[in-house]
Amino acid sequence: MLLLILKRIGLGLITLFIVSLITFVGVEVLPGDACTTYLEREAYGAALDACIKRLGLDIPAYERYLDWASNVVRGDFGYSLSGEMPINEVLGPRVKNSLVLASVSILIGIPLAIVLGIITALWRDKLPDIMISTITIFSMTIPEFISATLLILIVAIWLGWLPGIVIIPSDATFYELLSNIILPVVAISMIMTAHMARMVRSSVIQVMASDYVQMAILKGVPYWKMVFRHVLPNALLPAINVVALTIAWLLGGVVVTEVVFNYPGLGRLVIESISNRDLPVVQALAIILASIYVGINLIADLMTLMLNPRLKSLQIRK
Amino acid sequence: MSEIIESVKNLSIGFNSQKGKQISILRNVSTNIKKGETVGIVGESGSGKSTLALAMMGYIKQGLFPLKGQCLFKSEDLLKMSSRQLEKIRGRKIAMIPQNAGQALTPNLKIGYQIDEALRLHTDLNKTERDKKISELLNKVRLPSPETMAFRYPHELSGGQQQRVAVAMALAGKPDLLLLDEPTTGLDVTTQAHVLELLRFIAKDTGTSMIYVSHDLGAIAQVSDRIVVMYAGEIVLEGPARKILKEPIHPYTYGLLKSIPKLSLAGLPASMPGSQPQPGSINEGCSFYDRCNLATDHCKKNSPDLEHIKELDTNVRCFNHKELINQNNNLQTSITKKSNNSEAIEVLKLKDVSISYAKQKFFDQLFNKISDQNPTVKDINIDIKKGETIALVGESGSGKSTILKSIAGLLKTKDGQIKFENDRILSSDLKMRNPNDLRAIQLIFQNPDESLNPNHTVEQILSQPLKLYFNLSGEELKKNIIDLLKKVRLGEFYMSRYPRQLSGGEKQRVAVARAFAAKPDIILCDEVTSALDVSVQAAVLNLLQQLKEDLGTTYVFVSHDLAVVRAISDRVAVLYQGRLCEIGPSQNVYKFPSHPYTEVLLGAVLEPDPDIKPKLVAEDIVEEKPPEKGCSFQGRCPRKIGDICNLEVPPWQIGENGNAIRCHINIDELASLQQ
Repeated sequence: MLLLILKRIGLGLITLFIVSLITFVGVEVLPGDACTTYLEREAYGAALDACIKRLGLDIPAYERYLDWASNVVRGDFGYSLSGEMPINEVLGPRVKNSLVLASVSILIGIPLAIVLGIITALWRDKLPDIMISTITIFSMTIPEFISATLLILIVAIWLGWLPGIVIIPSDATFYELLSNIILPVVAISMIMTAHMARMVRSSVIQVMASDYVQMAILKGVPYWKMVFRHVLPNALLPAINVVALTIAWLLGGVVVTEVVFNYPGLGRLVIESISNRDLPVVQALAIILASIYVGINLIADLMTLMLNPRLKSLQIRK
Repeated sequence: MSEIIESVKNLSIGFNSQKGKQISILRNVSTNIKKGETVGIVGESGSGKSTLALAMMGYIKQGLFPLKGQCLFKSEDLLKMSSRQLEKIRGRKIAMIPQNAGQALTPNLKIGYQIDEALRLHTDLNKTERDKKISELLNKVRLPSPETMAFRYPHELSGGQQQRVAVAMALAGKPDLLLLDEPTTGLDVTTQAHVLELLRFIAKDTGTSMIYVSHDLGAIAQVSDRIVVMYAGEIVLEGPARKILKEPIHPYTYGLLKSIPKLSLAGLPASMPGSQPQPGSINEGCSFYDRCNLATDHCKKNSPDLEHIKELDTNVRCFNHKELINQNNNLQTSITKKSNNSEAIEVLKLKDVSISYAKQKFFDQLFNKISDQNPTVKDINIDIKKGETIALVGESGSGKSTILKSIAGLLKTKDGQIKFENDRILSSDLKMRNPNDLRAIQLIFQNPDESLNPNHTVEQILSQPLKLYFNLSGEELKKNIIDLLKKVRLGEFYMSRYPRQLSGGEKQRVAVARAFAAKPDIILCDEVTSALDVSVQAAVLNLLQQLKEDLGTTYVFVSHDLAVVRAISDRVAVLYQGRLCEIGPSQNVYKFPSHPYTEVLLGAVLEPDPDIKPKLVAEDIVEEKPPEKGCSFQGRCPRKIGDICNLEVPPWQIGENGNAIRCHINIDELASLQQ
């Protein structure tokens, strides 16, 4: 078991190494370099020299990669051109904001999705299923920029209950933050919950049709006990990996929602730094987001392994 | 008269068709289960036997509903009870032992928990008493080390052990009635015999009534006091087991018994024409009319009622049953095969073949070799003559299908050679074989549902080999397809059908036709009849034999069913753990002296005759890997003589009948031991 965990961690590290190589090489083979790209027409004379010096572009590429990589391992991502400050200072608040947004959405969305999925499966083709399924399919199909804009229009402009745009002062209290993120959370949860509820539904339906559920009924196990002991543990197992992907997506992939609400998260930072041509920041973000995906998927795989007795004993036997 | 526990009265169960018509799959069924009695319900797939059994627990499958009638358990109607009331009865008064215990045990819960659950629901025992009871139950179903067994997950047990756990779980609530839905189907022959023996013991020990549902008359014959025969949703014959099996007075039961291959009989079983009608397709007349050789015009228009025959104590649904009573019906007959005209030309030779499933290690991959010292299949030497049917027999894990795959080129051999026609070595890699060799060896798979492409019509399925090997097209292609269909006794109109529109037997005929389309020299048959009903199985066996006699094809026939093998094959090779134990002409392999493993297998075969009891001579342990040294059967052998069996590979000995046995015991001594 321990060997397996180490093996998986090793594989994750190799993945990250390859990602770092690709991003670094990608930047290298682009015409020009980080400085000419950033400075554009002003890329001459003293400004260019200063930039090259600052980024160390005058030394050979492989040395620069080793330098950069060893700094990244130590947690130092280098210097942001547009912010004119260390990247770590740019990233810090963004990571925090994304984490807050993601964790609130997860805390609300995932339990809701599971409950809705179970309800729709147990009352399959009856009124609760028809109603919930209609709503989930509806919210799955509306693109987020439309649902987000509509939310702003209705809740912020017509009703005036909540701010339409997120402005977070750096010393905001948790409560201030919370009232600011309600709308983005709702916009994100709508899609996320809908997707996951559909998945939970089909998984529960599949397990409900299995021989062992019929056996449990014929054994005289009361309905709800059967649902909780015999159905859910087996039905929710495949959901773990989907949850993991969702979390990773929440941390870096909710670009549209962040842009619509002007929410200063990681997703928007990606867009901003690309449009600012701030290549060092783009590189740093690529590594960070890749680590998030790798890390969360690793955790999910290990959890599945722990919870599924079949896989567990398979591994031990090996 | 002992007390009646459950009685089914005029029960009909059905569903609404897409056209809004009510279609019944169970029609007007009435029967009584008495205290302490074991009733066998027998019928082929689609006869409604499982629906009836589940209804007796008040359970109706989704999509079905009761149309009329009652299921009275101690004079209360189960079909009218609320789910609360049913929870009190299920598991406590009536318990179920499912068909496939591997799938019927919840995978995430330990064995102990699942039995404990039944105890908590249905008894008042406290925790320590329950723990004791769990060990007791596991002990009662003869599972090894009950204390540790409780902490295992279902998938960690073998099939036979899982089935035993299901039995223990059903016994936990001390039920008055046990319902067994095909409890031994899918188990190996020896395991099946052991589980049946256990069930018989439990019935005697606890006095529980049992309802035993199965398609297998052999299993039914071993346990039942009374037998109910179902056909197309109706009871057609009901009576004491011995009477039903020895003097069946319904033409369906008679035909069914005739179509079962028997160990004691050489030759093929007689088949019944046609197949069971689809639910809803019969509007008038007897449901067996189409397939009955006693049918008259009267049967076409009128449906017979269940009639009680006093002197035989049976109920029968047939106008002409008297003819069967009067007819001197002899069940012990079979169709004799033409003696094989094998002209001693060896068409396929397996020489020292070993096959390994072990993953190649990195360095072995570099040098393209497999360094498995203990391969799954080892040292197989078989010479197959032209025009003969050779059968490979053994339980699951014996390597019989593995060998077949290697001959087909689907699995690489580790060592040894496969020689085809004039000692030409066939590459063990499919891609290296020339097109003519590929054509010459064809495969028929076990399950036609999976081997026929569901999106192709029969015409498309059959045209593929014809196009590929003979480049046919247009009229000529069509003519060939019609010819092929005629060969397997299917009409021209089948060309436009899709596999889902065919019955199981028809599908397997199409699969046979596809194999013959290539005009092969050798056909590899992988358990080709085990997914089929008995009456259909007999028809497919007869078809294969007929085709062979006409075309001179060679069959390599893999099966776990010794009686089927006895019926079809000229020569038999018995395998255990991928090693040959015995090989010889089939009439001699089935006679003694034989290898102790063959003896065990033969002893475990269930005959549809209550007077022939299986002989259980070896434990039904499952061995995961073949032993590294010595005889492959050392772990289970009832005749083991000592260390020599563990250390040395036994020598081949040839008996006077021409069968070769690989055993350390002298063949004459074996003969006297087994007499």
